[in-house]
Amino acid sequence: MPQPGGSRRTAWSEGVHRIRAAATTEPGRLRSIGAVLAALLVLFGAVTAWQVADRKDSAVAVVDHSQPLSADAARVYRSLADANTSAASGFLAGGDEPRAVRQRYEKDIRDSAELLATAAANSDNSRSAQRQIAILNRGLPVYTGLVESARANNRQGLPLGGAYLRYADDKMRGELLPAARKLYTAETARLDSDYGDAKSWPFLAIGVGVLALGALGWAQRRNYRRTNRVFNQGLLGATAATVAVLVWLVGGHALARSGLGESEETGARSLQALNETWISALQARGDENMTLVARGGGAAYEDSYKKQMAAVTGSGKAGGLAHALSLADDPAGRSAVQAAEKSVTTWKERHAEARGKDNGGNYDEAVDMVIGAEKSTGESFDKVDDSLDKASGHEQGQFESAANDGLGWFSGLSIGAMVLAVLGAAAAVLGIGRRLAEYR
Amino acid sequence: MGREEPQAVPAPSKWTPHRKPLAVAVGGLAVVTGVLVSTVLSSTGTGGTDGAGDTAPRGVAQGHPASADRPGEEPKPEKCENGDNPAASLRPSKDSEDAGDAVKRIKEKGKLTVGVDQNSYLWGYRDPTTGDIDGFDIELVRAIARDLVGGDGPDKITYKTIPTDQRIPAIQKGDVDMVVRTMTIACDRIDKVAFSTAYFEAGQQLLVPKEKDEKDKSDSPGAGASGDDEDRVKGFDESMRGKKICYASGSTAEKMMKSKNYKALGARPVVVPNQLDCLVRLQLGEADATVTDSALGAGQAAQDPSVELIGEPETVEPYGVAMNLKDEDLVRRVNKVLESFRKTKWRPAYDKWLGDDRMGTEDEEKPAPPKARYRD
Repeated sequence: MPQPGGSRRTAWSEGVHRIRAAATTEPGRLRSIGAVLAALLVLFGAVTAWQVADRKDSAVAVVDHSQPLSADAARVYRSLADANTSAASGFLAGGDEPRAVRQRYEKDIRDSAELLATAAANSDNSRSAQRQIAILNRGLPVYTGLVESARANNRQGLPLGGAYLRYADDKMRGELLPAARKLYTAETARLDSDYGDAKSWPFLAIGVGVLALGALGWAQRRNYRRTNRVFNQGLLGATAATVAVLVWLVGGHALARSGLGESEETGARSLQALNETWISALQARGDENMTLVARGGGAAYEDSYKKQMAAVTGSGKAGGLAHALSLADDPAGRSAVQAAEKSVTTWKERHAEARGKDNGGNYDEAVDMVIGAEKSTGESFDKVDDSLDKASGHEQGQFESAANDGLGWFSGLSIGAMVLAVLGAAAAVLGIGRRLAEYR
Repeated sequence: MGREEPQAVPAPSKWTPHRKPLAVAVGGLAVVTGVLVSTVLSSTGTGGTDGAGDTAPRGVAQGHPASADRPGEEPKPEKCENGDNPAASLRPSKDSEDAGDAVKRIKEKGKLTVGVDQNSYLWGYRDPTTGDIDGFDIELVRAIARDLVGGDGPDKITYKTIPTDQRIPAIQKGDVDMVVRTMTIACDRIDKVAFSTAYFEAGQQLLVPKEKDEKDKSDSPGAGASGDDEDRVKGFDESMRGKKICYASGSTAEKMMKSKNYKALGARPVVVPNQLDCLVRLQLGEADATVTDSALGAGQAAQDPSVELIGEPETVEPYGVAMNLKDEDLVRRVNKVLESFRKTKWRPAYDKWLGDDRMGTEDEEKPAPPKARYRD
């Protein structure tokens, strides 16, 4: 590449002199051809190494950074929705709140706080994510405070507890969950962009490679015309090296790309679909609980339940579970989603029964139907929760193995391309030098 | 009109999952939504929540509240357009024999179905520790059931919880035999449902944090603005200027506070979906005072000993048992029960549920049931 600056005047006159010499004498021309070929080959090696390293970095970022961050953000989102649901379940149980429900709430809050701390440490480059984390860190203690006020008042038998819980629920749905959702969206957008970077074709490197190959072909054809020698070993070696790098580059990238593509389609997309559905299911469960907490004033919660349920099972068009099922590509993934589908059906039936009881004046039976240990909507919800957990775990595993396979194809490509290209350049110089020697 | 205690709860904030969202566009939208939601939820000022959509109970838009036009004036009972008193009901039946269709229907069923509230403390609420529903309204239900079906156990009464805006439809559709649920007898309701005679009289009142003891105040002269006498809301007067006053959306309180003369007091409104939410705001310091009806205000004061009702009610709002317009015999029967309830059961029920000066009556007047009025 031309180097501007420095001792410009002398370099310029020197260059002019050389070009003149090169244009007029055959050795001069040969020298120039050799220099151009060597430069092209080294350039090819350098561009390949650079572009491949870039893509490898992005692929590593997918596996080690953006996918785990996206998964963590999804867990924050889910933990918060789960905490809200557990708080309402515990509230409905009143004085004899089961230990397990309380522990689940506490674990959700603890997980959220810990994951937020991790996310805060990691997201140094995303403003939007930082802002959401700040909102979540501010809102979480306020939310837990309201939930504890709700519990304290409820244990004293005061309806005020219900008002506190509604306020807490509002804070969760109005501030925390939207922020968690935005955090998740930001992290997922980063995952998508890393995927895009890793998968983009290294066109520049391929272009330079093809150019180098063309130049080598031309030089050999010129050589053949002038000397009638079919082969120049040096140039032949250089051609072989260039072809090797080009094949490795195109083939390796294609394979890495397909591995990453598979991880994106079978893993990341499935995980995203499952997560959306999971959170809808959690919110539907929270709505179901809040309908009873509101004691006769829960029409708005019941409407929200129907909306969330429609997002899970679909109404008219395919819902979240059907979408997740279409993305699940193997029997293990499918069976978990199908199990969730089955449990959701039972859940909906039991929900209708519980609503009937509540509307018919049997509040106690309705509560039992919702938070009871057996034959309750809670039991169905837990099954849905478990199935989705299983499906998510499976898809995460699929993601990791496919992504690591894809990543493997990048290994050695950068250095290999550089070494081969330098060897090729040396061979080309040797080949031209051989011709040049004939003029001495 | 009508004093309402809206049971509608806040609509869970809008949240719909997007698939593969465009981060920026969705982020921007979500910020806007988030701001809107939090503005409404925290309700810090602005009357923007006027008629807050579906969370506001219906049936408040029409009619005139029986309020004093000016803050602090002696309130007068509501008069309908034809000059009738809406609280005038049908004369009680003479004896239990002259049962009409409605009474026969209930007797044959052997069970009374009543629309009640489970969320109004002291009136009709479910005690989370016992799971039983109880309160002043419920005592009246039991008295009616004893007379009609000969018992007040769970085998004799079906309690149906109905939201505020479903009270009239539930009666009209025949889902319930009657509604006993702090329901105000009002002109715009008497052509939709039949009311018994009034069994209680409430009115809009102010609920504020209790003043500190004199001793505490002298201990810290001029310290802190919060406990300062200058800074308290003392009534529907100049002390309200710039203060955050909480009331439920769609309630009589909202209507009253938005009327010209009350608006001129210069309070900053904090509008919430349910009157009880005001106590939450008051406890969290997000509101300085609450306007609600005295009966429900008493329920709030009973849940938090550090708040109290002050001043005199600004309105007169009689509560009645609501029944189907066709069930005239049932109305007479309930009025008969009320006659004896007023004489023997009313005062004990009052003392049990509403005693302890919670109603904030300043003069030493003895609480008494409102007089029965009849139109025939």
